[in-house]
Amino acid sequence: MSKTASPKPVEDLTYEEAFAELEAVVNTLDDDSSRNPLEAAMSLFERGQALVKRCSELLDGAELKVRELSGDQLSDFEAGE
Amino acid sequence: MSQPSLFTSVTWTVSRLTQHIRTLLESDVTLQDVWVQGEISNLGRPASGHIYFTLKDANASLRGVMWKGDARRLTLPLQDGMEIEAHGRIGVYEPQGTYQFYADIVRPVGEGVLYQEFLRLKAMLKTEGLFDAERKHPIPELPHKIGIITSATGAALRDMLNTLRRRLPLIEVILAPSPVQGDEAPPKIVDALAALDRLKPDVILLARGGGSIEDLWAFNDERVVRAVAAANVPIISGVGHETDFTLCDFAADLRAPTPTAAAELATPISIIDLSAYLQGMSTRLATSTLNLLNTHQAGLKALTASLRFASPLRRIQTDRQRLDDFARRGLSALRHRLVLDKSRLRGFERRLESLNPLAVLGRGYAVVTRQADGKVVSQASQAKPDDEIQVRVSDGEFDAIVSKDKES
Repeated sequence: MSKTASPKPVEDLTYEEAFAELEAVVNTLDDDSSRNPLEAAMSLFERGQALVKRCSELLDGAELKVRELSGDQLSDFEAGE
Repeated sequence: MSQPSLFTSVTWTVSRLTQHIRTLLESDVTLQDVWVQGEISNLGRPASGHIYFTLKDANASLRGVMWKGDARRLTLPLQDGMEIEAHGRIGVYEPQGTYQFYADIVRPVGEGVLYQEFLRLKAMLKTEGLFDAERKHPIPELPHKIGIITSATGAALRDMLNTLRRRLPLIEVILAPSPVQGDEAPPKIVDALAALDRLKPDVILLARGGGSIEDLWAFNDERVVRAVAAANVPIISGVGHETDFTLCDFAADLRAPTPTAAAELATPISIIDLSAYLQGMSTRLATSTLNLLNTHQAGLKALTASLRFASPLRRIQTDRQRLDDFARRGLSALRHRLVLDKSRLRGFERRLESLNPLAVLGRGYAVVTRQADGKVVSQASQAKPDDEIQVRVSDGEFDAIVSKDKES
């Protein structure tokens, strides 16, 4: 059975990374036929579920990051009022 | 015989002095019937119907008022920046100690000076090609970093941040604050553009709230317009109200009618779109997996046949009928859910769990692998007597040794 490089833990992925990997997993599941199907399908499905969960958490928990530039220094922005 | 001068006193009261000034001015015949030309600014139209304004030229300004009765006869609506000729008289408004011009006739004189300058610059820069469509950068669909140039204390910033927060909280905003009116504004705006450009945001919002042509003038300043046209980062300008056009609007890559609209145009894909797309992907994940299961029923069946070798699992029912049922039920259940399609993502995930191929194990199926090489046993021939095998069931694994061949 072929093994690619072991994937990054889901918690370390940014939204873009997680979503891109999710797309890849789904595409693989769509195409896959010749390799050992059940085992690959199970682990891909599990990984896919974890990625969906990660993306969902990132979307729900996102908070706008605002910083202020002064000269070349970036600092946290404090709203005036 | 000395007589005290009639015109000197030791001290005046304010009222007497002001009265004196008033008398002087209002008894001057010239000042009581005068035509004056100047540019309107600070136009005010309170509910009373009277019109207050300042007339100015390069070196001086004159406060004026036109009473409601006279104002009604105006044929052209007055606007800041308009150059006008007005007839009226000079008076003194004692309570404020000001002299004012009371206008009874007002007529326009060509265009206002500021507006003329606006037209001149516009024509010149247009000829240079600064406003050409080919120069414009496309606005990215999904920005990660957005720069904002506006006043740190205005409502424009607050409105833009609220809009961005609502539409796409995933992003990072970098504010380069700058005054947005007055003489110091143009060089500061140019500096802010340069500073942001170094940080390479995906798009920059250049914005300020509404105001008169003078208030917005910084965005018609040649230095600012050239900097906007020359920028490498896409710029969306949202200056003033919907009907205000500044030269920055023409030079920018996209014009927004207001600061809020600028923030919206910067985020064409919102978090709602992302969520919907994610849900679609989640659906595909389930259907693809189920399809795979369906296609490989035979493989599953062979798996279960080999389970008979492991004695603790002899109770497992393994006939073809059940496999078909499982696949059919799973697929139709999923189709049913796809038709409903309005569930929240988490609810969907929970339902997904029941279709998890790992749940197959919960129903008593197991995955058998050979210890020697880790290969999954999918055919009876792959498990010979005395082979050491590992059996994975729903909640764990155990080792076993194949006892003897069974002719099936």
